[in-house]
Amino acid sequence: MSHSAGAGSAPGARHGLRIFLIWLPLAVAADLLIWLAWYPHLPPGRMTDQAQGQQFDIAVMAMLAAPVLLFIWVYFAYALIVWRRRPGDDEDGPPLHGNTKVQATWITATSVIVLGLFVFGTVQLILPAGAGAGEGPSPIWNPASATRLQVQVIGQQWAFTYRFPQFGGLETTQLELPLGEEVEFHVTSLDVIHSFWAYQLGVKADANPGVDNVAYAKPQQLGRFTVRCSELCGLWHGAMFNYGHVVTPATFTAWARTMQAREARIGILRALPPYAPTYNPTVIPQLGQDLVKVAGITGANGYWTPSLPQSGDKGDVFSP
Amino acid sequence: MSVPARVVTLLVAFALVALGAVYVVAHFVVGTLPTVDYTHAASGGVVNVVLQETPENDSSSKPDWVSYYVMKPGANPFQPSSWVHTTLFSVPANTRVNMTIYGYDGCTPPRNNLWSEVQGTLGGVMSFRQFLNANKPKGPTFVTSTLNGWSHCAVGHTFAIPSLGLFIPVASPDASASLCATAPCVAGPYSLEKFSFRTPPHGGDFRWQCFVPCGGGFEFGTGGPMQTIGYMSGQMAVVGA
Repeated sequence: MSHSAGAGSAPGARHGLRIFLIWLPLAVAADLLIWLAWYPHLPPGRMTDQAQGQQFDIAVMAMLAAPVLLFIWVYFAYALIVWRRRPGDDEDGPPLHGNTKVQATWITATSVIVLGLFVFGTVQLILPAGAGAGEGPSPIWNPASATRLQVQVIGQQWAFTYRFPQFGGLETTQLELPLGEEVEFHVTSLDVIHSFWAYQLGVKADANPGVDNVAYAKPQQLGRFTVRCSELCGLWHGAMFNYGHVVTPATFTAWARTMQAREARIGILRALPPYAPTYNPTVIPQLGQDLVKVAGITGANGYWTPSLPQSGDKGDVFSP
Repeated sequence: MSVPARVVTLLVAFALVALGAVYVVAHFVVGTLPTVDYTHAASGGVVNVVLQETPENDSSSKPDWVSYYVMKPGANPFQPSSWVHTTLFSVPANTRVNMTIYGYDGCTPPRNNLWSEVQGTLGGVMSFRQFLNANKPKGPTFVTSTLNGWSHCAVGHTFAIPSLGLFIPVASPDASASLCATAPCVAGPYSLEKFSFRTPPHGGDFRWQCFVPCGGGFEFGTGGPMQTIGYMSGQMAVVGA
């Protein structure tokens, strides 16, 4: 028995129309649901322009994918119900010889989707200046703003530290960022490969030793964000995370100036190397020694000079 | 092959696999590092924890690896039996920890000199003093917030609990004299370092580690003891009320 002659089935030309009419309201409903209900809550949120752009991209992808998925489900359900085998129907189905219209529709639709996504993806990568991803040492997509806060992110087993070259090269284990200012991240590593993933900022850039990997983001919401390493980097990779904060510009400036003054006072600012895009993991130039060889000798060549800085701190060290 | 031979072969193969599984499980369970319990040693909201770091480690199968040791609560630091080769210890929550570290290893420059800064201690400082041998001080006690491991080569290792914001450079001794060669160290030049911090009000496991690349013989010094709990990495278990 042929499909079109089956009990309860319509003539061949009507099947497509039926499927379309079932699919269309479902697809429209799904897309409305995605846009109105899901989109505002999609990760990574809207803490920066980059995060918001990624959220929009995910919503668009979901709105494109939902109709395709629904079409497949509707077609399956329709086929199962309308073209199911009925009692007493033992005949083979009709031979299939291809259908030019279906094939052309399929090729056209998939080509439009894929090429459309290619154009969309490229535009969404270029316009937001790299979309929060690392662009390497010489980024070709830059934000319009000429005023940028530079933050160097240094990965090492197993912590991220942050240097602020515009504040005397201060280095901290905390990441504070000002609201509304374009941030230019310079991501690098002191040892193995790490990856700087500031989730809510929509920034993710590999931290490779000897490489300056630049990424951009502009905070547009106050609050806390999470920084994780997203490259398996050894024993404590899973524990290599901390939290940063987006604060008001005034709070940020006060924090940075206070940190800079404190680090100058206790001598650590002087002890840090000059700011550089990368640091050689095998050599400490200030020592003129090969670190690997030194590190491997378990301190057997150690020496000590007692001219240590005696700070004015009279701290809370318990009595020796 | 006859049926009995096949059955025997199958059983033997099964037994070997089962034995292997049992061995792996038993090795994992039995091989767990001991945890030195400081929770009962706390008094008046204070607990004294004592560690040492050694230049080599002939008490283990990795004699050329640097290692931390944990002292039993209240023991004599100059008795070998006082020390446990582990990097696991437990302390009570919401308690002041007075940490003492005997640094027997010589200097190794930190790759990132930010680790020369004392961070997260009470008062933002630590004290240290060098000794030529047990209880024979070489110089005065220094109280400082920075111990520059580059300009003085004064840092042997670090002790850090990153999630508590605690980063401490551990001073090295005057290594013009021969460093201790038998672990745990109870003789030879050392530095005596002290600082305090508070444990959080809640329980939990907090990893601690050294930030000096002291994995000798491994690329960039990042392997071996740096990657192994029981040597230069460990956990502090904070036990809630």
